[in-house]
Formats: sequence, C-alpha cells, structure tokens
Amino acid sequence: MTALASDVIPARGQMATTLGFHIILACIGIALPTIVLIAEYIGLRRGNEVAMTLARRWSQAMGVLVAVGAVTGTVLSFEMGLLWPGLMKRYGSVLGLPFAIEGLFFFLEAIFTAIYLFGWRRLSGWAHWWSGMPIAVSGIFGAMSVIAVNSWMNQPGGFTERNGKVVSVNPWQVYFNHAAIYEMPHMILAAYMVTGFLVAGVYAAGILRGRRDRYHYTGFAIGFVPTAILTPFQIFVGDTAARAIAHDQPVKFAVMEYVEHTSTNVPEWLGGIYVNGKIYAGIKIPKLDSILVGFGPNTKVVGWDSVPGSQRPPAAWLIHLAFDVMVGLGSLLLLVCLWAAFTWSRKRRLPNPRLFWWAGALSGLMAIAAMECGWIVTEVGRQPWVVYKRMTTADAATTNGGVLASWTLVIIVYAVLGVTTILILRMLSRQWRRTDAQEVSVPYGPNREPVGTEAEP
Amino acid sequence: MIADAVGGILLASITLYAVLGGADFGAGLWDLLAGTTRQGRAPRALIDESITPVWEANHVWLVFDLVIFWTAFPTAFAAVMTTTALPLWLAVGGIVLRGAGFAFRKEFSTLGLERAAGATFAFSSLLTPFFMGTVVGAIASGRVKADATHASVTAWTSGTSLLIGFLFVAACGYLAAVYLVGEAAHRGDRELERYFTRRAQLAGIVAGALSLGTLAALHHDNHFLYSRLVGRALPLVIIAAVCGVVVVVLLTIGRRMGVRAIAVLGVAAVIWGWGVAQYPVLLPGTNVTLSNAGAPHATLVAVVVVFAVAVVLLVPSFLLLFTLQRRRLLRADEAAARPVGGAPTEA
Ligand code: HDD
Ligand code: HEM
Ligand code: HEM
Repeated sequence: MTALASDVIPARGQMATTLGFHIILACIGIALPTIVLIAEYIGLRRGNEVAMTLARRWSQAMGVLVAVGAVTGTVLSFEMGLLWPGLMKRYGSVLGLPFAIEGLFFFLEAIFTAIYLFGWRRLSGWAHWWSGMPIAVSGIFGAMSVIAVNSWMNQPGGFTERNGKVVSVNPWQVYFNHAAIYEMPHMILAAYMVTGFLVAGVYAAGILRGRRDRYHYTGFAIGFVPTAILTPFQIFVGDTAARAIAHDQPVKFAVMEYVEHTSTNVPEWLGGIYVNGKIYAGIKIPKLDSILVGFGPNTKVVGWDSVPGSQRPPAAWLIHLAFDVMVGLGSLLLLVCLWAAFTWSRKRRLPNPRLFWWAGALSGLMAIAAMECGWIVTEVGRQPWVVYKRMTTADAATTNGGVLASWTLVIIVYAVLGVTTILILRMLSRQWRRTDAQEVSVPYGPNREPVGTEAEP
Repeated sequence: MIADAVGGILLASITLYAVLGGADFGAGLWDLLAGTTRQGRAPRALIDESITPVWEANHVWLVFDLVIFWTAFPTAFAAVMTTTALPLWLAVGGIVLRGAGFAFRKEFSTLGLERAAGATFAFSSLLTPFFMGTVVGAIASGRVKADATHASVTAWTSGTSLLIGFLFVAACGYLAAVYLVGEAAHRGDRELERYFTRRAQLAGIVAGALSLGTLAALHHDNHFLYSRLVGRALPLVIIAAVCGVVVVVLLTIGRRMGVRAIAVLGVAAVIWGWGVAQYPVLLPGTNVTLSNAGAPHATLVAVVVVFAVAVVLLVPSFLLLFTLQRRRLLRADEAAARPVGGAPTEA
C-alpha cells in the first residue's frame, strides 16, 4: 500500500498539471472558431473590412493554439493508460465510449480546421465561411463527449459489475449520466467565457494604451458581446450544479461549504481557512447555506462527518477557497457585463471609465482562474475516489514508479511550451501592427489586405 | 464474432495511422537529412508545404487507435501500457516536441530561430516511430505479460524489438519519400522528383532488409509467430515483398503511375500479415485473445457503430481535405501577418 501510495501523489500532480494546461487550449479550441466565424460573418455580410482583418488574424493565432491543444491532448490520452492502468483495466470499456465519440469529433475538427485555416487565400468568401462551421459544431460535441467521461466519474452509471468486472454497459446512460446534465453546459459556457473574454481583453488592453480606434473597438465587441450574453446563463447553471451536488455528492458539497456536521440552519462561509475544526478569517452568513440548498433555513445539509475520514477529500480549505474564487469571479464578471449592458441601454455606447476597460482587459484571466478553480472543486472534491464510490484513486494509479521524474519533466516541458506559445502570439500581434503601419502605401498580392484600420476613428 | 470485427477495426485504424501519420514522421527524417540550410531549402519547402495542412488530421488516427484499444480490449491495453511505459513515454515526448516544432516553425522563421524549431521537429520525428516500433516488438515477441504490474526494460530492448523500431523508422521514411516523389512531380519539379526517388529507393531497400531481419529474429524469438507468418499469413507476406520490389523497380524506370498505391498496399500487407499471424491471440505468449480481453457486448457494438459513423463522415471529409491539398488550394495565409517589406517601424 505504501509502495502504491508513493506513485499516487506524483501521478495526481502530473494529471493536474497536464489537464490544467490542456483545458485552457481546449476552451480556445471549442469557442474561438465561433468567434472567428462571427467576425468573418460581419465582414462578409456588411462588407466590414475591419472585422474581416480580425477574422484573418485570429485564425492565424488559432492555428498555433490548436496545434498546441492537439499535442497536449495526445499526452492526456497516453496518460489515461500510463498513469491510471488500474482505472482503464476495469472501466476502460465504459469510459472509453464517450472518448471514442470524441475521437470522431476530433477528426472533423482537425480536418476542417486545416481547410479553414489554409483556405483563406484560395477559397471564396462564403464557401470559406461554411468550411469553418463544422469546426465550431464539432468543438461543442467534442467537449460534451470528454465531459461525459468526467461527469461519469462523478456519477457513475449505465453499467453492471460482477466480481469487479464490468459485464454489461448501456452507452446512453454512460454518456448522459446524472452529472452530465450540468457539467456539459457549465463547461461549454466556461469555454466561451474564457475565449470571449480573452479576445476582448487583448483589445481592451490596447484601448487602455490609447489605441482608441475602430479596429480595437470592433475586436473588443466581437469578443465581449456574445460572452456577456452567455454569462448570466453560466451563473444559473453553476447554481443548479451546486444544488445537484448537495444531493448527489454530499461530502464534496460539505467540503465546498465547510459543513462539518449534518444539521439545519447551516451558515454560509465566505472565504476562511479551515484548520483543525476552526475557520479563520472567514465571513459567516447565518442560515444562508441551508437557504441556498433547499430555499429555507430548515433544510438539512449533510456534513462531512457522515463518512469516515478515509472517505473525505483532502485539503478542505483548498476546495472551499477554489469554490469561493470561482463564484466570486463569476459574480464579478457578471457585474462587468451588467455595467456594459446598462450603459448601452441608455447611451448606445460602451462605458467610458478606465475601470471598465481595466476590468475588460483582465476579464479573460479572471475567467481562466474561475475555470481552473472549478476543476479543482470537481477533481480534488471527488477524492479519494477516481470513480465515485467505486474505485479509489490509489487503486487506479500505476505501480511502475518513476512518476516523479516524468512529472518533473512535464513541468519543464510545459513551462517552455507555454512561454513559447505566448511569445509567438505576441510576435504575431507585433507583426500585425507593423503591417498596419506600412500597409497603406504598399500594394501586394492578389488578396490585398484591407487598408487603414488604424486611421479610422 | 463481434470481438473479431472490432479487432479488424483496430487493425484498420492502425494501418491508416501508419500510412498517413507514418509518412508525416518519415518526412521529418528527410528534413533531418536534408543537409545545410542552403542545400536543404527546396526539399524542406516541399516537405513543409505537403504536410503542414494535413499532419494534425493524420495525427488524430493515433488518438483514435488508443481509444479503440482501451475501450475494446482494456485488459490488454493496461498490460501494454504498464510493461512498455518507458518507450511509450519517450514516444509521447517525441510527439510533443514534434507538434510544437511544427506549430512554431513558421512563426520562428522570422526570428531566425527556424533551424531550432526545424531541428526539433526533425529529430523528434525519429524518436516516435522508433519507440512505437519497440513497443510493437515487445508485443510481437511475446514479452508483454497479461497481468503485468511493472515496467520491463528487457521487454522492448530485445533484438527483435530494436529491429522493429528501426523498421518503423525506415518504413516511415519510405512512405514519405514515395509520397514526396508524387508531390514533386505534381509541381513539375524534376530535380526534387529525382531527389526523393533516390531516397525512396534507398529507404525501400533498407526497410525490406529490416523486414527480413525481423523475420529471421522471430524465428528464434517467437517461433509460433514466425511459423504463422510463413504459414497462414504467407500470402500477405508475399504481397508485401512484391509491392516493395515493384515500387523500387517502377521508380528506377521512371514510372510514377500507381506507385503510391502500391507502396501503401505493401505497408498495409505487413501490418495485416502480423494481425493474421497472431489471430486470435492479442498478446502472444499469453492466453489473452480478442474475445477474452474484450469488453462487454454492448461496448463492442458501440465501437462498431462509432466506426461506421466515422467512415460515413470521415471518408468524404478526408477526400475533401486531400483534394484541396492536391489542387494546392490550401496555402498558409501570409497576408495577415507578414510585414510588407521595409524596416520595422514599431516597437
Ligand atoms: C468561466 C468559468 C466559470 C464560472 C464563471 C463559474 N464556473 Fe463553476 N465550474 C467551472 C467554471 C466556471 C468549470 C468549467 O471549471 C467546472 C469544473 C467542472 C465543470 O463541469 O465545470 C466548474 C464546476 C463547478 C461546480 C462543481 C461541479 C462538480 O463538482 O461536478 C460547481 C458547484 C460550480 N461550478 C458552481 C458555480 C457557481 C455557483 C458559479 C457562480 C458564479 C460558477 N460555478 C461560476
Ligand atoms: C474529461 C475530463 C477529465 C477527466 C477524464 C479527468 C480525469 C482525471 C483522473 C483520472 C484523475 C486522477 C484520479 C483522481 O485524482 O481522481 C484526475 C485528477 C485531477 N484532475 Fe481531472 N479529469 C478531467 C478534467 C480535468 C480538468 C480540465 C482539470 C483542470 C484543471 C482537472 C484537474 C484535475 C486535478 C487537479 C486532479 C488531481 C486531483 C487530486 O488528486 O487531488 N481535471 N482527473
Ligand atoms: C483526460 C481528459 C482529456 C483527454 C484524454 C483529452 C484528449 C485530447 C486529445 C487527444 C486531443 C487532440 C486531438 C487532435 O489531435 O486534434 C485533444 C484536443 C482537444 N481537447 Fe482534450 N482531452 C481531455 C480533456 C479535455 C477537456 C476537459 C476538454 C474540454 C471540455 C477538452 C477539449 C478539447 C478540445 C476542444 C480539443 C481540440 C484541440 C484544440 O482545438 O485546442 N479536452 N484532447
């Protein structure tokens, strides 16, 4: 058992590192095609050259990001087997199915991404636009399929086991398990929030630096507006998820909310660090947790003392704070969106205060932080189970040893990969600005770039 | 019965990865061997233009293979992943570096770092096929135990495994060179056509020799598999040999018609020869077979359904991609990024 345990920690760490990295690119892979298509649509429909330029440029960035996403995703596929052979041996035939469906959508995504990205020059306007449609659609279905796996790990169903061996499977019930109903929309909306706010943030930062031109406002709006519309739905779905978890995974919920003993009139803790039965530096709101769970203070909330210590997740403070950060950032982003909507409804323009643009510039990073925190809640909160109440993480892990070494390497390689990706994106944006500065006077190629984006008011 | 069908699906997907993804790795080999920056400019440009748009789609076959393997034959999957963890990690490392080199190469070119990215791409293109080959070698030579709990170095470092590792590298190079002959001819570039013809012939001969070497090694190492290869799988082995010879001969007399198809057929025959020789055993030397490593019935049915849907959706999509690629309608869009010339003005 000790020999086992020694591999589990690094294996979990490596899984968390690689997933935490991949998920950012996955979000971009899911949502960026849609945003690029919106820009191209505006460009084609309204003859808006600025939007057209943005679409072209974003697809260049997409080329780089999708490749990094594919590489890091492949690592994950291998890790499922290399780090968790115990899981695959017993449940591979169950959780493999959604992954197989995902594979199908990866194909479509990769094929049409190639056509779309490399077709800018030679495919004509609307034909090119339509070639991007399958990417956007398969991104969404692909995400649904991976999340089917994750939600199945939280709420396993759709199979029967005899003597520790899976003897029959119902693919539909595996795919659409109890947790899928909220995890799928929550993740897909998160992907759109991350990507839309990141795109908007780039141009908000430019506007803060005084580049107050049509190019920057258009870039901001195409990222911001669709995302702002989706944000309230995300909060709603998250709230639904929390209530479902209070019911289906009570121990995870108890840790999220610092509920030690099962009781009624449970208070809500905002922030706070739990150490040995005491909560430091938290704000206590009486009865609120019971009200949130069951719409009344008399609602009974299950505490973590309902199960023995060995069946509780580690680090309650981490899970609780991650949950609070997610909810806090989500609420903050909602406020930013409401501010924009309010100003727009009265004055038909975006707010002027620098604070708004600062919030806009940081919104992408806030969305990423919220998303990563959400995953910490889901994954660490499920511990010690890898498949809820069926298999522990320790039983799933490899017994090979050497995971500490591979984890170390992974951290180094991914750090280099991440830094390089960011440098490349910055380089692209510098080149674009240079092109803008020179473009006006220099004609080239059959496919001339739209002119004078910087000069317009 | 249905387990056999799924076994066939797995082998078909592996074949597709070998002839599509394998060629992309092989192109990396020729990139590595293309010499100095000046000498290598033309072949490297052709390689770059031929695979940049398609490598990612080809690469998905690998992911698909993995997923089918673990879904349909989870016990065997766990055994392979445990026993040959080290070469698999190394292959993954190659995949990461290669993809990253690819993604960044174009952008690095403006920084003068093109060579660093190019070298990464090229070198890692060697790692992955080699180590995948050693994994196949470990399976084929019967060194993966059914209930493995620990990695084994001897499993994948036997003579057979190493030979198969080199065979994979050579076969990838062979396929890539044959495809690139076609690409060069399509562009009307006689010189590059000759350039890659020489390399295709060379790689073909090396791959043929390594195949014979592997067969000889199996004679000692896993006599059961050997006797099957020269027994029930003999027709496929002969097809593979004939295809190899025909390709080399056709290239020598300067005929290009059908060369690609024959080369693909040859490689496919090797893979299916292996499959037929092993059938129905999944891990030679153990009693793990297609049917007893198999998942529950409904899972296998679902895999067949997914594969059928995949064929319906993917065949036209891939045809579209390859047709556009052949007609040279897919080109990197430089318009948005490249400065139009002159000195940079902006900081
Ligand atoms: C932009 C990102 C983002 C934002 C603004 C929110 N979430 Fe979230 N949340 C995620 C992104 C996310 C996620 C994508 O990271 C998770 C991890 C697993 C999942 O399905 O979604 C998640 C998980 C997650 C879980 C755990 C699900 C599980 O364990 O299965 C709960 C209870 C919530 N969220 C609740 C909320 C609430 C009440 C929010 C209100 C403000 C909220 N989330 C905003
Ligand atoms: C479909 C998606 C996912 C699957 C199938 C999946 C699967 C797994 C598995 C098998 C483990 C190891 C076993 C365990 O610790 O329970 C794990 C752990 C973990 N994963 Fe996920 N995961 C998914 C998404 C994510 C994402 C997107 C993140 C983003 C950060 C994430 C974060 C983590 C963390 C932090 C751990 C370690 C938890 C701990 O051991 O305390 N997961 N995941
Ligand atoms: C254990 C969990 C996961 C595994 C094994 C995995 C596997 C993969 C693989 C193999 C690829 C590359 C496909 C290609 O070659 O194009 C990929 C890419 C992708 N993955 Fe993941 N993934 C996991 C988690 C996730 C999660 C949680 C999401 C989002 C919900 C996600 C969404 C995507 C998307 C959208 C892409 C497309 C690549 C891009 O556009 O950046 N993946 N993943």
